[in-house]
Amino acid sequence: MSMKHSVRLAVNGALYERLVEARMTLADFLRNELHLTGTHLGCEHGVCGACTVLLNGNAVRSCLLLAVQANGAELLTVEGLTAGEQLHPLQRAFQDRHALQCGFCTPGFLMTAFAFLKETPRPTHAEVREAISGNICRCTGYQPIVQAILQAAGETATDKKRDIPKR
Amino acid sequence: MAQTYIGASIKRREDIRFITGRGTYADDIKLPGMLHAAILRSARAHARIRSIDTTRAGAIPGVVWIFTLGDIGEMAVPVPMRMYKIAGLERYLQPLLAQNEVRYVGEPIAVAIAESRYLAEDALDAIEVEYEDLPEILDVTAALRDDVLVHERTGTNLAAVHEIHVGDAAAAFEKADYTRREMFRVHRHTGNPLETRGLVADFDAGKRQLTVYGMTKLLHYNRQVIAAFLKLPEHNLHFIENDIGGGFGIRGELYPEDFLIPFASVRLGRPVKWIEDRREHLMAANHSREVSCELEIAARRDGTLLALRAKIYGNMGAYVRTHGGLVPCSTAALLPGPYRIPNYECKIHCVVTNKTGMGTYRAPGRYESCFFRERLLDMVAADLDLDPVELRRKNLIQPEEIPYEIGITRPGTNPTVLDSANFPSALNRALQEFDYSRIAACQGRLENGRYHGIGVAYFVKNTGGLEPYEGAKVVLGDGPSVAVYLSINVLGQGHETAMAQICADGLGVPLEWISVFHGNTDLVPFGWGTFASRGTVMCGNAVHLAAQRLRQKLLLIVGEQLSLDPAQLELHDGNIHQKGSRDPVLDLKNVLAHVRETVRVNPGEPALEETAYFNSNQLTHSYGVHLAHVAVDPETGVVEILRYMVVEDVGRCINPLLVHGQAVGAAIQGIGGTLFEELVYGENGQLLSTTFRDYVLPSSTDVPPIESVVLEEAPSPLNPLGVKGAGEGGIVGTGAVLANAVSHALSSLGVKVTELPLSPDRLRALIRNHTARRA
Repeated sequence: MSMKHSVRLAVNGALYERLVEARMTLADFLRNELHLTGTHLGCEHGVCGACTVLLNGNAVRSCLLLAVQANGAELLTVEGLTAGEQLHPLQRAFQDRHALQCGFCTPGFLMTAFAFLKETPRPTHAEVREAISGNICRCTGYQPIVQAILQAAGETATDKKRDIPKR
Repeated sequence: MAQTYIGASIKRREDIRFITGRGTYADDIKLPGMLHAAILRSARAHARIRSIDTTRAGAIPGVVWIFTLGDIGEMAVPVPMRMYKIAGLERYLQPLLAQNEVRYVGEPIAVAIAESRYLAEDALDAIEVEYEDLPEILDVTAALRDDVLVHERTGTNLAAVHEIHVGDAAAAFEKADYTRREMFRVHRHTGNPLETRGLVADFDAGKRQLTVYGMTKLLHYNRQVIAAFLKLPEHNLHFIENDIGGGFGIRGELYPEDFLIPFASVRLGRPVKWIEDRREHLMAANHSREVSCELEIAARRDGTLLALRAKIYGNMGAYVRTHGGLVPCSTAALLPGPYRIPNYECKIHCVVTNKTGMGTYRAPGRYESCFFRERLLDMVAADLDLDPVELRRKNLIQPEEIPYEIGITRPGTNPTVLDSANFPSALNRALQEFDYSRIAACQGRLENGRYHGIGVAYFVKNTGGLEPYEGAKVVLGDGPSVAVYLSINVLGQGHETAMAQICADGLGVPLEWISVFHGNTDLVPFGWGTFASRGTVMCGNAVHLAAQRLRQKLLLIVGEQLSLDPAQLELHDGNIHQKGSRDPVLDLKNVLAHVRETVRVNPGEPALEETAYFNSNQLTHSYGVHLAHVAVDPETGVVEILRYMVVEDVGRCINPLLVHGQAVGAAIQGIGGTLFEELVYGENGQLLSTTFRDYVLPSSTDVPPIESVVLEEAPSPLNPLGVKGAGEGGIVGTGAVLANAVSHALSSLGVKVTELPLSPDRLRALIRNHTARRA
């Protein structure tokens, strides 16, 4: 149980190396080893999507991965969405549209939407509903989240300069 | 006074920390030397505990302590009731940990404390509990037979009974042209906020002070109870809420864990963190809504309602917890709704079973009673060959009858009085916005294999007094800047923005000056909490009063400073003006400097601050209409909602963006609760829905857009702002309106919904039964 493994990875452009037990989840690694507590845990069994992060550009549930599985990977978490103090268009749209109340699910929705808009820069309303159907929000009823993603799509599609923000 | 902020859709200032991943929820708190707790819970619904062996678990390296009830010793008290303490319920309180007997799956038995959460959970696996199974009882009807007793020593599962008598229902029934009786039932489901419960308790042995992070609602009350338990002075405890990942009712309880985690920190002298996992949450945080009702109605042939007679049965679970008999009592309290029903009789039964304790879920009791009443009204309309809308319209209490006293419908309180309303106007507006008369033409129609149905439901939702006060402190500081301290907590609704709007208008300063602080028992010494939509009603008015008092104080000071009549001065945009003049005589920066230099003008009180409490023991009522258009596939039992509208009169809308957000979010929650969610118990009293795969919450593709219409036609006369709460109107009517719409859709098949949920399997079974009966 106490055998530890070295994990080296890049998160939001910064390199980290830690020794961890094989059983430590990627979510716990981010939250407790790297102190990136923006990634939240709502169910710890892969349904709610609050822990969604980008691993090598793909949206994944960090509660269903072990930290050792992310060895060598590049990750993006909600903390990496802002460039300095400048909000990403998705973040701004979430505020504009009142797309969050308690804010607990929000990082997961932002990361899911970020990955989705890279694949589908000009989505339809139905495509957005589909894209976020694996994330649970208990407060907003989803409607303002859909509106926010559509708003951000309009902005990001014309703003090619903003890809994965760099620190 | 210029009103520039109240009523404006101002974007939330708190959003920035949430969208950048900088919120601070309970699990984000990390303290030096912090230990982690995990809780061993009963795997049995009803059993004697023969032994608990912690030897092997305690020997695991990194496991610090495992404790059971015996270790708490004489300090151990049962969790007290806070509300609706109907006589008899006190016999069913929950112990902090089960000792000799467990009574529901999930009941806490032991606590393991270790250097990490992983190790604490390892310890749970190594604790050996020997059970001796006892028969369990899950259903209210069976429980009332008392063959199997949940609490042997009490001799009965009927924990308490309460009766309501308004007018003379028996006489009204006797002479009525028409009566009807139906049995209704709402299924067990609950709030499921996305953040589970969590606590970090940090005892400072030197100062004998305890700080607890993650206490979320009713911080002052909880502090008082925990202080008595720990035998510490109340003010040595500091309860801090942090950011909270939603509430929806489940955070209103004081749970065993709220005692256990502080106790562990005090004993060990180290910070202790406990974060609930989702499985625990589904079995240990309060369940709700499981209420059944035998409801009788009496009317004249023309549809004039004469009387209601009800028997309400609440499945309380194994223990009566913080809210006492609230859920079934609250079901009874507003059962007559917005209608003139002069005679009302109700007998409320609180029944214990081997399930998790029942507490509150958003609009507790009101969702249930709205379903019972509005469903029955549709049946009455069909029987009497009346249009369901016309039946409602005919019986609505008229504006000139307001305030309307229903009678005493809650144990130990004042009569229920509908304080402010224009019920017919809200109905008309709803029908018009929905284009009801046109859409109603497709009632019951079969199109492309699906039946269409339109439902209407009227609701009333009380808020306000409940607990009698909230407080606020407003302080003018350098900058100039303004701090607003609230006595209430915030669960994600947006109070940091709404309260700033109220303060800015009340004081006469720019919104940008204001910072709002909340959720800390040291900020405002007395308070209750945010529940039942009362945050803005109670604390918003306290902010309004405190801000106005501070404004008066500032005008007095300036009047003295400049030798002007304070009555001729006003404060807006942060500047002092003479009435009628657009040029300021002074800005608040100067006032601050002046006051700081000379205490003379403000003797003995150098600080520019005011504290106010808003007191009220009265209830104010929001009200409105839900409308739904559904299409039901009779082959699959799937209900698709084609259109859904919530019309709600909130009295006065502080921030439309937030009020619409509440209505839409609440409606989707209610739709989920009505169509998908259920806490299902199986063989041997095992809870089957212990993951989000089994307990199905609505996702973005399951639910329709919600049309929200917010009205301000009837401000409450009971508070200076005229507000009436906006957090629950969106959920109250969801069960009722969908049950009505589905029943209309399937009327040609003879289906009449009397039970929720309307999940595909339930609906299919209902269709099958009716088809079989006809054949």
